[in-house]
Amino acid sequence: MPEPLTAPLVVEFPFTRSLGPVQSAFLTGLRERTVLGVRTTDGQVLVPPVEYDPRTAEEIRDLVEVAATGTVTTWAWNPAPRRGQPLRTPFAWALVRLDGADTALLHALDAPGPDAVRTGMRVRVRWALERTGAITDIACFEPHDDEATEPTERAATAHASSPGVFADPVTAVTTPARLDYTYSPGRAQTRYLTALAGRRTVGERCPACRKVYVPPRGACPTCGVATDEEVEVGPRGTVTTYCVVNIKAKGLDIEVPYVYAHIALDGADLALHGRIAGIPYDRVRMGLRVEPVWTEGARYPDHYRPADEPDADYDTYKELL
Amino acid sequence: MTHAARNVAIVAFAQSAHRRRTDGLSEVETLMPVLHDALGHVGLTARDIDFTCSGSSDYLAGRAFSFTMALDGVGAWPPITESHVETDGAWALYEAWVKILTGAADTALVYAYGTSSAGDVRDVLTRQLDPYYLAPLWPDPVALAALQARALIDAGETDEQALAAVAARNRAAGPQGAAHRPRAAGDYVVAPLRARDCPPIGDGAAAVVLAAGDTARRLHDRPAWIRGIDHRVETHALGVRDLTDSPSTRLAATRAGAFDAPVDTAELHAPFTSQEIVLRKALRLGDGVTVNPSGGALAANPVMATGLIRLGEAAARIHRGASDRALAHATAGPCLQQNLVAVLEGETR
Repeated sequence: MPEPLTAPLVVEFPFTRSLGPVQSAFLTGLRERTVLGVRTTDGQVLVPPVEYDPRTAEEIRDLVEVAATGTVTTWAWNPAPRRGQPLRTPFAWALVRLDGADTALLHALDAPGPDAVRTGMRVRVRWALERTGAITDIACFEPHDDEATEPTERAATAHASSPGVFADPVTAVTTPARLDYTYSPGRAQTRYLTALAGRRTVGERCPACRKVYVPPRGACPTCGVATDEEVEVGPRGTVTTYCVVNIKAKGLDIEVPYVYAHIALDGADLALHGRIAGIPYDRVRMGLRVEPVWTEGARYPDHYRPADEPDADYDTYKELL
Repeated sequence: MTHAARNVAIVAFAQSAHRRRTDGLSEVETLMPVLHDALGHVGLTARDIDFTCSGSSDYLAGRAFSFTMALDGVGAWPPITESHVETDGAWALYEAWVKILTGAADTALVYAYGTSSAGDVRDVLTRQLDPYYLAPLWPDPVALAALQARALIDAGETDEQALAAVAARNRAAGPQGAAHRPRAAGDYVVAPLRARDCPPIGDGAAAVVLAAGDTARRLHDRPAWIRGIDHRVETHALGVRDLTDSPSTRLAATRAGAFDAPVDTAELHAPFTSQEIVLRKALRLGDGVTVNPSGGALAANPVMATGLIRLGEAAARIHRGASDRALAHATAGPCLQQNLVAVLEGETR
């Protein structure tokens, strides 16, 4: 049994999401150093504001400005900040009810240590230096001494009589997300890939239906039982069906048109995929006999090319289509 | 409808060993023996099953459409009637229960699996949050649970000593030989939660078999009858919720009939010690109730299977005569956002 294979796998998705009118006003407001809430029909002010009343599901659009100061309703000390979190040094996560709001907003609270944080403490927004219309326009909260405060700075663009009206409102947010994984293909595919690196193609036979699966995944999808009898197949095989690719894939250095085919290797009961070369694309046909072409140091065949033998009879591969 | 018009029972339960990592195995290689085990308990094969339903999340291991690969372990040919939920398998069980109630099926296979070891589950679970106001801050599940724990402590509902007791009791009850043994208090992960207050991270799978009426009686001499199931969800906005309570759990329990008669056992899906405090209150569990004899999510936490395991463990206790009426609970989302409650009963002998 070879050592299980693993490989790093990064999944990244830069989601762009359009904003509803309330979200757009709130996030544009943050850009302009103004915090907006939305008033529900029963008079509660929700911050952060939502498009629909969480209790009644009514559409709510009555925006109101609230203060950039507030009170901690609960908190948690984060001694080891993680990637993407608002601060790089230890901080408190806090739910903060801003003055004028009835609900609390989650963000980071910059404080020297857990002893400096308590429920009920007064805090204020620390604005990010560069603001784009995102929740991260609030860099974090910081402790706030009401006695010593100067009048709240107010952004010039906010219009007190019609809160939420700004020039050039943001209408979408792009939230990049990256997750890092260690991919492991499992026992069966480790055996397959290890053999393939030695230029041998192995399948696995189902103990119940006797079919040989290539590449094997450890289970017979028909019978639902483990396949563990290793069977060497190929190297030659038969094209069972194919398509002509006319559009170049991003990052793929293959001239179009080319042929991508299902190839039933000799001894296999399942066709695998491979590219066909060494023959004009319009001469590839069902039944064509092919063999793998390896390049130096590769762990898998680069492509398949015609083998020097007559085409296979349709009856020999019709069950594999 | 939450009280069953047709009698449906859990007749079999199986789970894998719970390991920190299973990187020598694919998900189907982890899952398949568990499916065979569950079906084997009642002498069935996948071909005898009318409906198959699973719960998992591709984000955990970063494998797109992993649930279709997992079906290789079922043997889905000739084509089977099948469904999948992208959440805990407890909700797959709910779907299967409804399917049987409609009369469209007499038997169902329900399974769930999670491979948290492939990624960093604290990062992965941030992606289920509100993408506008929360996800850009990457608040991880420990941070959110810690905010809830602090709120409970501030409200005088618990303290760190009481949380330590919850941790000790669950971990001591956990499966012997499992990868996750009781451990020392540990440092704060996110205060006030210490390592002992947080669930272990690991891989695993579970499966149950459901059957209706006479089929259930034929398959098991003491089926765990599902007397009711209900699930309820609260708003995603954390700042709107009272984190010291779980009205969704209480409502689900009411509608599942949990308060109609006392239960002797409760299997609670509380990944964090502080959440057991919230659930005990919402479910009005007194000292006479045996809570988490399996060790709960603090002993083994294969994310996406942990809730289904609660239903399976409660049923298994009824199967072996250790319980007559049990409550099983499953949760999803941050700070107990969504909650499912089932009431299971064994017949009086």
